Amino acid sequence: MTWVNAVIQGMLQGGIYALIACGLSLAFGVMRVVNLAHGDLAVCGAYLALVVSTGLGVPVWYTLPLVLPAAFAAGMALQVLLLRRALRGGDFATVLVTFGLSVMIENLLQVGATANDRVLNTGAIGIASVRLGSQITLPWLFVAAFLTACGVLGGLQLLLSLTSWGRKVRAIADDVDTARLVGVRVGPVFATVAGFAVATAALAGIFIGAIGNFNPLTGTSTLIFAFEAVVIGGLGSLWGTLAGGIALGVTQVVVGEINQAYAVLAVHLLFLLVLAVRPAGLFAGGQPARAAQVLG
Amino acid sequence: MRPEELVTALDANPRPVRVGRWNLAASVTAGSAAAGLVTLAAVPYFAGGPAEQPLIVAFTFIAMASLWNLLAGFSGLTSFGQHAYIGVGAYGLYLVAEHGVNPFAGIVPAAVIACVVALPVSALLLRLTGGYFAVASLVVAAVFQIAVTLAPSVGGTTGVSLPGLAGYGSVLREAMIYWAAMIVAVACVAGVFLMVRAGFGLDARAVGSDPVAAASLGVRVGRIRLLAYLAGALGMGAVGALIALQTLFIEPTSVFSIQYSVDMLFMVLIGGMGTIEGPIIGALILFALQQQLSQYGAWYLVLVGGIAVLATLTVPRGLWGVVSDRWGWSLFPVGYQVRDRPHDQ
Amino acid sequence: MTAALLEISGLDVFYGDFQALFGVGLRVQRGQALALVGANGAGKTTLLRTIAGAISPARGTVRYDGDDITAAAPHRRIRRGIAIVPEGRRLFPSLTVEENILVGAAAAASGAWPLDRIYEVFPLIARRRRHRASQLSGGEQQAVAIARALAAAPSLLLLDEISLGLAPRVVSELYQTLAGLRESGATLVIVEQDLQRALGACDDVVCLLEGRVALAAAASVGRDAVVAAYFGNRGDKIP
Repeated sequence: MTWVNAVIQGMLQGGIYALIACGLSLAFGVMRVVNLAHGDLAVCGAYLALVVSTGLGVPVWYTLPLVLPAAFAAGMALQVLLLRRALRGGDFATVLVTFGLSVMIENLLQVGATANDRVLNTGAIGIASVRLGSQITLPWLFVAAFLTACGVLGGLQLLLSLTSWGRKVRAIADDVDTARLVGVRVGPVFATVAGFAVATAALAGIFIGAIGNFNPLTGTSTLIFAFEAVVIGGLGSLWGTLAGGIALGVTQVVVGEINQAYAVLAVHLLFLLVLAVRPAGLFAGGQPARAAQVLG
Repeated sequence: MRPEELVTALDANPRPVRVGRWNLAASVTAGSAAAGLVTLAAVPYFAGGPAEQPLIVAFTFIAMASLWNLLAGFSGLTSFGQHAYIGVGAYGLYLVAEHGVNPFAGIVPAAVIACVVALPVSALLLRLTGGYFAVASLVVAAVFQIAVTLAPSVGGTTGVSLPGLAGYGSVLREAMIYWAAMIVAVACVAGVFLMVRAGFGLDARAVGSDPVAAASLGVRVGRIRLLAYLAGALGMGAVGALIALQTLFIEPTSVFSIQYSVDMLFMVLIGGMGTIEGPIIGALILFALQQQLSQYGAWYLVLVGGIAVLATLTVPRGLWGVVSDRWGWSLFPVGYQVRDRPHDQ
Repeated sequence: MTAALLEISGLDVFYGDFQALFGVGLRVQRGQALALVGANGAGKTTLLRTIAGAISPARGTVRYDGDDITAAAPHRRIRRGIAIVPEGRRLFPSLTVEENILVGAAAAASGAWPLDRIYEVFPLIARRRRHRASQLSGGEQQAVAIARALAAAPSLLLLDEISLGLAPRVVSELYQTLAGLRESGATLVIVEQDLQRALGACDDVVCLLEGRVALAAAASVGRDAVVAAYFGNRGDKIP
């Protein structure tokens, strides 16, 4: 694989990281919740898609109309039944609750699905690739993932900018107490944001499962990558998260070209470097106040 | 009471208030703990192997729980990556033993190595708070694990076996591990107790509950968190060395296992955050649960996670918290109690 | 006698163990303006926030248009016609002027003021409608905060310290706007440090002292009487 090919493939892979990260970023920006079970919820999406696609005997893409709404509903339920109570206990409580949830999910998946690696049936797209010129061959799967990520992020951005719901979300992210005071009903907004977070996580999980294999413990590393993408890109902007994801993807693929064993380490080191040098993120833009909430 | 009324009340009764730091329950505890420790120390003489094994596990739990509590319960640092220093301690012991140091004596340098490693890490990590600190601590643990697998001098992915124990017969070795574990556990509990009782404790709890307010009062927030983090790493390093002594074979996925952090979280949550007694109780509960239920594998862990979630939502101060709130017991008193009260209104 | 639009009685409000209001009561007639004055910490903002629904009283009732709304959440109160301009303006900094106003409008059930009407009342901020709230001057931000509250078409408008940090000329303009609102029939409760302005703009005055009502009278009672109540009738003792 040539360098150009590697960089482009890294970018495309970054789209998936951005997709998994945007839910985390949204949830933190609006609700001040870091959901440590986020990665595991993505893996649940993959498992659900696996079950449905195997049961119906179709490629995993046909399961999306079922899996995504289910994930959205699960996110709302999670918020209303669990996170709302945890939020009253403060930051501490949400971190502890979501970590405990993560342990439960990973082990329930182990019980239900065994610890074996799984792959998703990706149908024809899974093996197709597109050629650009003589040097560049890109698997269709990666291209589709990247385009989907851009579409989802773009769609979310539109919703946030143009709709009444989006205004409420941004108002709450700015100042939840005043939002309540001027009559915004915060509960339903939190529930829908949580729904989006889990739905995007599930979608990302399906792509992750399509591109590589997955097992019950994949959630933890997924969470870590999502988190790193958010921090590298900077809080407060969905496009920043995309940039962060791309930075992650490119680093991983390019270093992987040199020596596969160092690829993941390189990503972690990039994260630590950004943390050391520019903790607000590379593309923080106009939201330094948001970063201050995270930095002690 | 309106301000001028309180002033009048105090003016009328100018008796100084006596403040004490110890109480009867604490004396009883100290006495029975001392007696208990003597008995425990004698276990290898009258009970031998089968009794030692579970007790070693219990001691390790008590040490881990107390240390995690120092970080999360007293200083507001929810780290799920403390197991990183267990791994560092284990490998540290290996390195030290490789250079000829007696493995039992090596526990101390191994702990120090963990502490030294924690120093640069803290410069990065302690910039974060809350959930972001938690996830970043996971990253650090992942980095350590990967770094070790890439280093052939410590055995890469296969691991290494601990040298220097050939001279010990198995009975003696077991007994020495047992005593080492006991000493580490006592040191951790006593260390945390003394730290919290001293000025550090009040400052730490202020930092834990409201860093901005604490800073405005002059508490050096950064320094408190750094002290807690380093002390935690030191202790975890010792625990890691203990684990290496027990298993004799040091391998990345097991010494860097996140399961340790899951256990720590559970013990402190159930037992009671922010108290000295709580983690000990939590450790004993986890010990009991594990002895009975770990055969059920993943279901056991689902239970552990589930109890942790429930505990956070229903008894955030843990079982000991419920007890001490209700009856005011304090076996390891770290606060100040008023002995005489001004004349009641 | 017509029932008061807003009627409060026996209000006890606590922050944890600290009691901020002791048996506070007052009445505001429809179309009247009430000035709420008192030293810092007397409880004015606490009272306003309790009326708006941000704080739950331990005892006492808040009645609006005859109904007991003591337990109602803020969004319910806005629907019924109570809107608050919070202390310190508290605009949403990352939202534009227009978006801030729209958020305020969203809470009204129906009959929210159309944007045009809002811009008629505040022509100066119409020019800045697409700017982020954080980019506005203090006076403009205060106008937007009032506009945001107006967007919900309230019958009762609560204003908390709108003159804070603003030049006198700017404050005069704001008060002129308030006078215009009164002419259209709005009922106002105004928390204000500037006694002169407060008494000039309002029909009645309530003075709070350490959480209790020290004076409740018509504004015509005069500045001296209010000042006396402000500091408590304790001669030379300074609280």
